[in-house]
Amino acid sequence: MEPRKIGSKKYLYSFLITVVIFATAILLSNYFSQKKLDELRNIQDEISIDILSSETQFSLLEESSCKDVGLGTLSTELGDLENKLSYTESERGVNDPEVKILKQYYSLLEIKDYLLMNKISEKCNKTPLSIIYFYSTDGKCEDCEKEGYVLTSLRETYPDLRVYSFDYNIDMSAVKTLISINKVQNKLPAIVIKDRIYYGFQSVEDLEKAVPELVTMKHMLNASSTTATTTRR
Amino acid sequence: MPDVTNIITYIFLFASLNFEVFLLITYFENRLDMKGEDAMIALGVKKYPSVTIIVPCWNEETTVSKTIHSLLSLDYPKNKLKIMIVDDGSTDKTWQNVQKFRNNPQIEMYSKENGGKYTALNFGLDKLSTDLVGCLDADSYVDKDALKHIVTYFEDKETMAVAPSVKLWQPKGPLQLMQKVEYGFGIFTRKMFHYLQAVYITPGPFSIFRKEVFERLGGYKHAHNTEDIEIALRMQKNRYKIVHAHSAVVYTVAPRKIRKLVKQRVRWSYGFIKNAQDYKEIFFNKEYGNLGLFILPMASISILSVLSITTISIFNIAKAIWNTYEKMLTVGFELHMPQWSLDWFYINTELVAIIGLVATLGTLSMILISKRMSEKKLDIGIDLIYFLILYMFIAPVWILKAVYNALFRVKASWR
Repeated sequence: MEPRKIGSKKYLYSFLITVVIFATAILLSNYFSQKKLDELRNIQDEISIDILSSETQFSLLEESSCKDVGLGTLSTELGDLENKLSYTESERGVNDPEVKILKQYYSLLEIKDYLLMNKISEKCNKTPLSIIYFYSTDGKCEDCEKEGYVLTSLRETYPDLRVYSFDYNIDMSAVKTLISINKVQNKLPAIVIKDRIYYGFQSVEDLEKAVPELVTMKHMLNASSTTATTTRR
Repeated sequence: MPDVTNIITYIFLFASLNFEVFLLITYFENRLDMKGEDAMIALGVKKYPSVTIIVPCWNEETTVSKTIHSLLSLDYPKNKLKIMIVDDGSTDKTWQNVQKFRNNPQIEMYSKENGGKYTALNFGLDKLSTDLVGCLDADSYVDKDALKHIVTYFEDKETMAVAPSVKLWQPKGPLQLMQKVEYGFGIFTRKMFHYLQAVYITPGPFSIFRKEVFERLGGYKHAHNTEDIEIALRMQKNRYKIVHAHSAVVYTVAPRKIRKLVKQRVRWSYGFIKNAQDYKEIFFNKEYGNLGLFILPMASISILSVLSITTISIFNIAKAIWNTYEKMLTVGFELHMPQWSLDWFYINTELVAIIGLVATLGTLSMILISKRMSEKKLDIGIDLIYFLILYMFIAPVWILKAVYNALFRVKASWR
């Protein structure tokens, strides 16, 4: 019979090494997570500066013509921020305090961008091309996820279309005011287009019907892509 | 906040990582010993003990001759090596095919009624007259130096059994190449278990025992069709020393079809679960050293870990497929390239992903070490790619089936 040896030290070392690997992984994960939050904050700051700059420019050129303050002055990073924010929300969870704060800030930026866009459109005598979308993350809105796919698809097809999405239940007075001004009821998903409210799921076709400008835009996009192809030839 | 599935995954990842670290420490601790063993083998055998190799066969007409030829080609004194063919009631031409060896003085042949592999082995053990005994399945072939290398380990009087390194015979195609890596990995883990005194399988092909093992402990048992696990556990229970001769190579033919592979592995996994139940007293018992305290519990945990991680992965994959399907139903198929695809922001940096990556790197390094041990070269070939892609999808199938069989008492069949 062979006496059995137990490598107690080896158990201890392997356990400690594993703990160190885990601790390093936790630190790394936290580090990257923090970096991502920092990036989100940076984007928000940039958007905030963009909006402030546009507002200031708008005030300075109050009496000027439309071409000085065209729609091109609006921030282009809102879409990118929304993608990153929803990714962070899926990674950290909807109840994460950091996510909640970022979402509040994002909602504020959206409202400011929305107001600025309306002002510019008014100045340029153009119908504002925007969709306000109310959703909820409390699990009660079955069609919200599907509506999200539709709006993402629309935004990808029409880069000039500004989609402002708001969590209906967000604890924020500005959003609550937006809800009350537009008289949006808690029947989600809800979409506001040119002061008209659409409740329930709206397909791409439904929304294209509701915003006829989109069809015009589509023809323009198709025409420009044909021109580009022809030029390339 | 990590959810429940993440917590379960963390626990299993911690256990797997701890096991990997433990094996790697064992490897680095014993690297020089391994070289010492190679040097000992290079010195040659001092005294050749007499050996009987039992070849149990049941319907092996296509491979049995080759198996016997490989045994006759062993570099070992002919008067010290006896080959005992036991035909276990074959219904094909196995018995006719082995008749050509009838006049060879090294070969004895017997035919008996079919009763299963363990009965054929016990039939041979009853007629044993040599110091050592081993078995070679009739679908396996030995390297000519294998026996010489194995008997060197018997110079240690404590050694009661020696397990060889099992490799695949001419693997071809994705499924066999995947198994090639797995068998190589098996050589590494068995060698580490050797250093931990925790070898708990003496593989059917060419494990060699002192005859005293069977004289004292009795013959083979049915053991849920995995007599090679049972005899090793019985020996461990009686604290007999089992070692692994890493340079003694035996080749076996791997299943080519997935159905056969799954069936074979269900039998192995089922056999492990049932034999582990039969020898549960070894678990967490420090009298059995590393085997009881760590290796057997970890082997059991790995079954649970594969099951839970697979369930979670299947759930996540199904969810992703459902979301894509729902998205396609809603907006149709789109060719929009995701704008964020190249942004580092979208790289998964969650703890589960980082630990998963470290665990995968640990497994890869062990596979590479095992490749160097078994093939004497360090390369990343197509076999490794097949292993990484296929194994994680196929292995859970047989583990799940084996656990189901064990829970609902469905017996695993041999073929």
